Amino acid sequence: MYDFAYHKPKSMADALAALKKAADGKLLAGGMTLIPTLKQRLAQPSDVIDLAAIGELRGIKVDGNGVTVGAMTKHAEVAASADVAKAIPALAKLAANIGDGQVRNRGTIGGSLANSDPAADYPAAVLGLGATITTNERTIAADDFFKGLFETALKEGEIITSVTFPKPAKAAYMKFPNPASRYAMVGVFVAQTSSGPRVAVTGAGPCAFRVKAMEDALAKNWSADAVAGIKVPANGLNGDIHGSPEYRAHLVTVMAKRAVAAAG
Amino acid sequence: MTMSVSMTVNGKTVSGNVEARTLLVQFLREHLGLTGTHVGCDTSQCGACVVHVDGISVKSCTLLAVQAEGAKVTTIEGLAKSAEELHPMQEAFRENHGLQCGFCTPGMVMSAIDLVKRHNYQLDEETVRHGLEGNLCRCTGYHNIVKSIIAGAAAMKAAGV
Repeated sequence: MYDFAYHKPKSMADALAALKKAADGKLLAGGMTLIPTLKQRLAQPSDVIDLAAIGELRGIKVDGNGVTVGAMTKHAEVAASADVAKAIPALAKLAANIGDGQVRNRGTIGGSLANSDPAADYPAAVLGLGATITTNERTIAADDFFKGLFETALKEGEIITSVTFPKPAKAAYMKFPNPASRYAMVGVFVAQTSSGPRVAVTGAGPCAFRVKAMEDALAKNWSADAVAGIKVPANGLNGDIHGSPEYRAHLVTVMAKRAVAAAG
Repeated sequence: MTMSVSMTVNGKTVSGNVEARTLLVQFLREHLGLTGTHVGCDTSQCGACVVHVDGISVKSCTLLAVQAEGAKVTTIEGLAKSAEELHPMQEAFRENHGLQCGFCTPGMVMSAIDLVKRHNYQLDEETVRHGLEGNLCRCTGYHNIVKSIIAGAAAMKAAGV
């Protein structure tokens, strides 16, 4: 790891000031991606700004409309929240299966979304539920947030503060985890929302994406059979030592079927 | 950037000067000489480096020492009451042959204790196996580790720890 200057601001104002002042500043949330990245010398920030001491970024609020999760809330906290489990059980279950127990004890929702790892779990829930991402500057609809491989709509100096998930009529997430890393080879989040069915896929492409053909089919007939015959094109999907694009395309249909069946 | 860091490790207040990039596991092993916490994969997968920070299990190879400023850290060395009396979870690993080479054991024990507390001492085999996803063992095939943790949970409850 290259050395850097470390800051631990106690307020958003101080964090934004530190970020502005830094030549090449990086925000540190849970560090479950950033620290491994630094260890491999894949990044060399001048300054690392740790958001852990900013209390307003943590916490879970649940009301009749849905769930709002503070950006620095840890996966383990979402997984263990009885309120989340009651309002959107699929979200609590997704959080309970991210990485492993120790990763869930440190990793945060804000960090996961800002990083937009192609195989992260949370992007599927954010896109599948049509969540809204709130930053220090604005709100961003999930449909406008994920832009590509490790690329989001966030601008320089913008910090995610919370994520709001509207409560669906029903929803489920199914993933085929890589047996070593627990990252999603493919994960599919399906939801019956107030604006119709949504199907969001993670792990398969450069970033999370929706499958309109499956959504249209589920709007006519909410059943696993409705999506069983729908294939996504393998062209443009991820291929690596763990699986080819064709294999991942196949898994999208399989996981979508299982998710619809699990949602009931 | 050199920074001073202080924290409570195994009940003792410790401090030192570290670089911002120093990992918690390096601080524990190289500055404090607490070499019971191991570095296995160094990529936050194997769990040999698991310690407790404010009572919660974390991978100390993926945490900066400065992130633990002011925290209460417990390592494997901080569990046993004395040289004669092991922590009930350590004792359960010994009784149930929950280790062979022993390299992964400190991390296994630290993860196990967090798991027991998280589930209020009520653990079944499936919960233990899911809870051990972040700890790799290349010797035992896990069977006796799972047995050890279930026995250790009961022993911890009985001992009130």
